[in-house]
Amino acid sequence: MTTRGFQGRARSTDGRVPPGQFVTDDFPVLTAGPTEFVDTSEWELTVTDGMVTSTFDWDGLHELPMETITSDIHCVTHWSKFDTTWRGVPIEALFDAAGVGDFDYALVSSYGGYTTNLPVTDLVDRDAMVAVEFDGASLEAEHGGPARLLVPHLYLWKSAKWLSGIRLGDDEDQGFWEAAGYHNYGDPWSEQRYTSD
Amino acid sequence: MIDRTPVRQRLAWREAIILASVTESASARTLVLGIDGWDDHRAGQHLDVRLTAPDGYQATRSYSLSSAPGEAPQTTVERVADGEVSPFLVDEIDLGESIEVRGPIGGYFVWEPSDAPVVLIGGGSGLAPLRSIWRAAADHPHPVVIAASARSVDRLLFGDELQALDAIVHVTRETDSNYRTGRIDRSDLDHVLAQANPHGDTTDPVVFVCGPTDFVEHIATLLREAEVQPGAMRLERFG
Repeated sequence: MTTRGFQGRARSTDGRVPPGQFVTDDFPVLTAGPTEFVDTSEWELTVTDGMVTSTFDWDGLHELPMETITSDIHCVTHWSKFDTTWRGVPIEALFDAAGVGDFDYALVSSYGGYTTNLPVTDLVDRDAMVAVEFDGASLEAEHGGPARLLVPHLYLWKSAKWLSGIRLGDDEDQGFWEAAGYHNYGDPWSEQRYTSD
Repeated sequence: MIDRTPVRQRLAWREAIILASVTESASARTLVLGIDGWDDHRAGQHLDVRLTAPDGYQATRSYSLSSAPGEAPQTTVERVADGEVSPFLVDEIDLGESIEVRGPIGGYFVWEPSDAPVVLIGGGSGLAPLRSIWRAAADHPHPVVIAASARSVDRLLFGDELQALDAIVHVTRETDSNYRTGRIDRSDLDHVLAQANPHGDTTDPVVFVCGPTDFVEHIATLLREAEVQPGAMRLERFG
């Protein structure tokens, strides 16, 4: 349905903007709860598959191989940001170091109680990482520092801030937004915003 | 952890006719919408709005509903400088014309009737979903206590309603004898939290905070200092 009188901005024609998104140079903050302030001296990440459990402190995380990636990111609240640069530990390397087994699903948890769910394949076969730097500087608390999950190919609510745990299993348990009516998978290119999409 | 209720409605895009409009401030306008097949919403929820240009280009944004459940659905839009959608909705679209919407959306920043007192703290256009809540909670047995903030008097939304509800109202970038000056501070919060629980014997209040990110971060920090539990806060950040 054409909206009478609406012209809109200059079109982006390079295919980088998923449907229903607009590009911003800002880095908006979207979080359900208050910002968590976790000191690196207290920060821990626990990875478990129910049989094997490994916990990494800040130094332990930094003993793992790190990579730098540049990616576009997409938030379900309709903004996208191009060419963001992140440094962190690829999830595949984290799981190798943790010694956890092969499972289909992950439930990711945060300091403050936030959770989100996603298939393990989206963590290990793509550019997902435990990110500790954004654009060359330590990750600020409001953006999920000291360490957040980054899954750049899915809507950003999957990229849990203040990462505290990853639990692997055979079944997919729903996380916070997924149980509150948001899509279980969250692919921006298929515009999977809400449960019914 | 925080309560959440699934969105059950199938979220199809629907035509919404602009039935009426209210100029709320120098920069904000309320649009009353006639939506075919609209299901009633819950206080605090939002809509997605979609505009389509003649060549098929579409722009989509989320806007809070400022009407209470049971009232005609309306959204209150603040003009964003150099924005694409908000200037069109605030300055250009006329009564009788149509946009597309889908919703209602949101299972987190939602008020449901309960025994808990309600504290609402809004900055700028963050007052829009809070208006939905204070109207829905008008018959609530426990008090609804409000603190509001705007950059200037001419940017304040719902000033008459806020005055009638005895809200604490701050303007941050000018001085006006009818309002408090500067940011909402800890003493304001202590005051509203005490008002919400005057005898210290009721359930802890649920605190809804909505506004620009800096505002919400500032208020959330003060609430933590006041020992409000994170699970008792509902925060919504605009950009």
